[in-house]
Amino acid sequence: MVLMLRNQELLSKIATSNGHGEDSPYFDGWKAYDSDPFHPTQNPEGVIQMGLAENQLCFNLIHEWLLKNPEASICTAQGAAEFRDIAIFQDYHGLAEFREAVAKFMGKVRRNRASFDPDRIVMSGGATGAHEMIAFCLADPGDAFLVPTPYYPGFDRDLRWRTGVKLIPVVCESSNDYQITIEALEAAYETAQEADIKVKGLLIPNPSNPLGTIITKDTLEALVTFTNHKNIHLVCDEIYAATVFSQPEFTSIAEIIEEDKICCNRDLIHIIYSLSKDMGFPGFRVGIVYSYNDAVVSCARKMSSFGLVSSQTQYLIASMLADDEFVDQFIVESRKRLAMRHSFFTQRLAQVGINCLKSNAGLFVWMDLRRLLKEQTFEAEMVLWRVIINEIKLNVSPGSSFHCSEPGWFRVCFANMDDKTMEIALSRIKTFMLQHKEAMVPKKKLCWQTSLRLSFSSRYEDIMETPGSFMSPHSPIPQSPLVRART
Amino acid sequence: MTGTGFSRLRSPEPDPDTKQTTSGAGGGTAMRVIVPLQGVAQGRGGLVLGSVIPCALFYFLQFYLKRHRNEPKDPNSPASEKATGSPTQSPSQSAGQLTELPGLPRSLSRPLLSPRTAGGPVSLSGRANSILKCSDSPYDIGLIRVEEDPYDELGNPDGVIQLGLAENKLSLDLVKDWLAENAREAILGGGRRELNVNAIATYRPFDGLMDLKVAVAGFMSQVMEKAVSFKPSQLVLTAGATPAIEMLSFCLADAGNAFLVPTPYYPNFDRDVKWRTGIEIIHVPCRSADNFNISITALDRAFSQAKKRGLKVRGIITSNPSNPVGNLMNRETIYSLLDFAREKNIHIISNEIFAGSTHGNEEFVSMAEIIESEDIDRDRVHIVYGLSNDLSSPGFRVGAIYSLNENVLAAARKLTRFSSISAPTQQLLISMLSDTEFVKRFIEINRERLGRMYVRFVAGLQELGIECTKSNGGFYCWADMRGFIPSYSEKGELELWNKLLNAAKVNVTPGSCCHCIEPGWFRFCFTTLKEKDIPVVIERIRTVVETCKSLG
Repeated sequence: MVLMLRNQELLSKIATSNGHGEDSPYFDGWKAYDSDPFHPTQNPEGVIQMGLAENQLCFNLIHEWLLKNPEASICTAQGAAEFRDIAIFQDYHGLAEFREAVAKFMGKVRRNRASFDPDRIVMSGGATGAHEMIAFCLADPGDAFLVPTPYYPGFDRDLRWRTGVKLIPVVCESSNDYQITIEALEAAYETAQEADIKVKGLLIPNPSNPLGTIITKDTLEALVTFTNHKNIHLVCDEIYAATVFSQPEFTSIAEIIEEDKICCNRDLIHIIYSLSKDMGFPGFRVGIVYSYNDAVVSCARKMSSFGLVSSQTQYLIASMLADDEFVDQFIVESRKRLAMRHSFFTQRLAQVGINCLKSNAGLFVWMDLRRLLKEQTFEAEMVLWRVIINEIKLNVSPGSSFHCSEPGWFRVCFANMDDKTMEIALSRIKTFMLQHKEAMVPKKKLCWQTSLRLSFSSRYEDIMETPGSFMSPHSPIPQSPLVRART
Repeated sequence: MTGTGFSRLRSPEPDPDTKQTTSGAGGGTAMRVIVPLQGVAQGRGGLVLGSVIPCALFYFLQFYLKRHRNEPKDPNSPASEKATGSPTQSPSQSAGQLTELPGLPRSLSRPLLSPRTAGGPVSLSGRANSILKCSDSPYDIGLIRVEEDPYDELGNPDGVIQLGLAENKLSLDLVKDWLAENAREAILGGGRRELNVNAIATYRPFDGLMDLKVAVAGFMSQVMEKAVSFKPSQLVLTAGATPAIEMLSFCLADAGNAFLVPTPYYPNFDRDVKWRTGIEIIHVPCRSADNFNISITALDRAFSQAKKRGLKVRGIITSNPSNPVGNLMNRETIYSLLDFAREKNIHIISNEIFAGSTHGNEEFVSMAEIIESEDIDRDRVHIVYGLSNDLSSPGFRVGAIYSLNENVLAAARKLTRFSSISAPTQQLLISMLSDTEFVKRFIEINRERLGRMYVRFVAGLQELGIECTKSNGGFYCWADMRGFIPSYSEKGELELWNKLLNAAKVNVTPGSCCHCIEPGWFRFCFTTLKEKDIPVVIERIRTVVETCKSLG
């Protein structure tokens, strides 16, 4: 025992600190889920996982493709011919086919309004590894990145833990739908200056996790100007780019750069990408750093030895993404299904009186439960969160774990389950809301919410084909045509 | 006055380092500085003369600084030769000399000369800058040469033959056959098993699937001939041995701490241990007189030297079988290492990634075997393993940390978020390693082929008068070419290396890349060859050593 203690002192600060950030309720929720996971038949009373941003809606497409293209996984009689080259391939540049396919896919996801150079694609171990890598490349211990709140809890780990880099929140508020303002940026920058912290960059998740909103073109341009003016880096995390399922359309930083309308030092621009969300492949652990700065590309490439994707998986992905027909269909279908699931979910929430922040991307909604708080404090938020996890048995993530400035908001993921589980989750919410009806103050419905419900009247194809109609207020709503459409 | 103008222009960062980089930015920045300065001067009529002159001087000073700063990158400048003092500097030092060598493509150093890299207006981290600054070592240059012009018996008979990369192609056919027969099910399902996309595409435990841990633990035990039974619960799987070593470094030492590492060591160890962690490596020289075995005296000396420098030593990193020498550590050495570690209260990282790639009669002893019986050392010993070498599949990126220290395991598990193995590959390997018949056959045949190649290759070198140290493991031999180097120095060694690469067109690894303290030793990896290639290689080396002999 004494020896154990002695040796524990012998470990590094990294190993003994809680820089991993797993002490937050975000991860506690996962633990609660892990100890009592929902299963439709074996554990129907278990906790339903709504804290995991996973995209499972299009798994059947992937399934079909894998069966149709057995040679792609190199592990079959058809594919074994490639094995010799693939098994020993360990170059940290990555397979050329892989980089080309990913570059092309990145372009497609952005509706080909930007193109990507395969030679700038640097591989890393998931978006987690990509974020850490960019932090290693751009900042020294003690330096800081500005990040608009609310932000993904994992950033605290990914960008800070091993790098010693700090994150300075840029406070965004619900009053303007959490839009990032230059004033807030300037204020955060000032705070850093006063604390004598060197700001090395601004990290912008676009589309935002947890909000599911996208950043408008004007705002993006303003951010580019801001970062250029301060001579700091702009890191755009676009891992949810293909999950933008309705209007307004997504604008990538890459488009802004290619348009070349505003003065921009390309050396300051970096994109983080991943296939975990857009293709729904977190298990493949593919993260990408795409930098316009040659030095960063070359440095990050040397670092990618610390998180290389297995060559077998590179090969599989290269084959899959090179199949244009499949990819095009996948992107369209995935958007369609996300749109359906999102509107189904938000509509049903609205019926029981729960509002969500208006969003058009991501695998989650930002749910407003401020009215259910006893008082507007983070303590009350945690009390409610415990009720949700222990009584309603849903693992949702409280806003405080996202560094949200206001209590009462929760992130709820909707794409990691099938329709039946979704129904069960919704019915649990409904029961709960009925029980707590007295706690609710009736509130005027927001107009967007009404229109969301109305959009159900049109066929979902119409929503996708003519996204403008999505917002148009017409005709009454019958109950959930989606259930019919999907069963 | 120039001072105020300057700081007003820069973004207000107090760090003197940035001042340096900004001023080194070249003409553009200089103009941006000078123009407002003139404005200030003109605004105060009387001060014009008094200001323009300092401004002009400052302007020229910037040019001077800029030119001066670029000089160390010039390989011929004396500045790069001056930097040879510290032992840890030697990779960049040798690389500095390398660029002088004839016949090397200039393009290699181009990225280093780019003004962006030199610290333009965009500032990267200190870590990034030091990574970018360290130029390619002969090890890297050799690998690039092979990539550009690879030998192929029919297609490119004049290409460069690869003897610089420790990978094993001798038994790939076995793995391939297995895949052709069995592996459809591994990923795609088949027969009674259905393809389960959920099992490969969704989030999986980051430190490896339990089934794979069981399979890897079984494989490790089998490779080490059942001397140890590895417990799956003590394993953390990572995307290759490289992140495994880095992860352990992160867990065991803080930035500024140090590890003792016996030299010669694997050329990329500096990258794995030092780059991102900020940890230092203290060389512990091993000598030919001891057949490059670790001596406790040398360890002790290195430890006290580090202490004198104010460095806190957190552990020793050993490789067993050693890379590049290929010798094995005997029980006695392991016990004395453990005693040393206990006495100093430091950790041991035992890198055993070649454990299954032994040949010859000597017994391989894993550190794990010793700690199983020696309770007291359980917490300080950590083993690094990987499937890259022993299963001939470096592309699959499977590394492992085996430790009995629960705190280290807990931290490492969390760190695997940054580098975990892709799920389809895990599924594939679970099936492959669970086929014990196949694994047994593979290990046997692979060992036998490895041994045969070793004997033939070493005999070939012997014909040329090149002796190798006695070795029993790894994909390489450690050749004594001290008799063929024009001068007994690193320079002489690199001259011979250069001849081998450019005249004989064989890429070998010079000892200096492995920080060997004695010049004239080379690592020859022979497992990328086919048996029939050996005479070709030997013939090529002959052309070089014969000219060296005649000169000598």
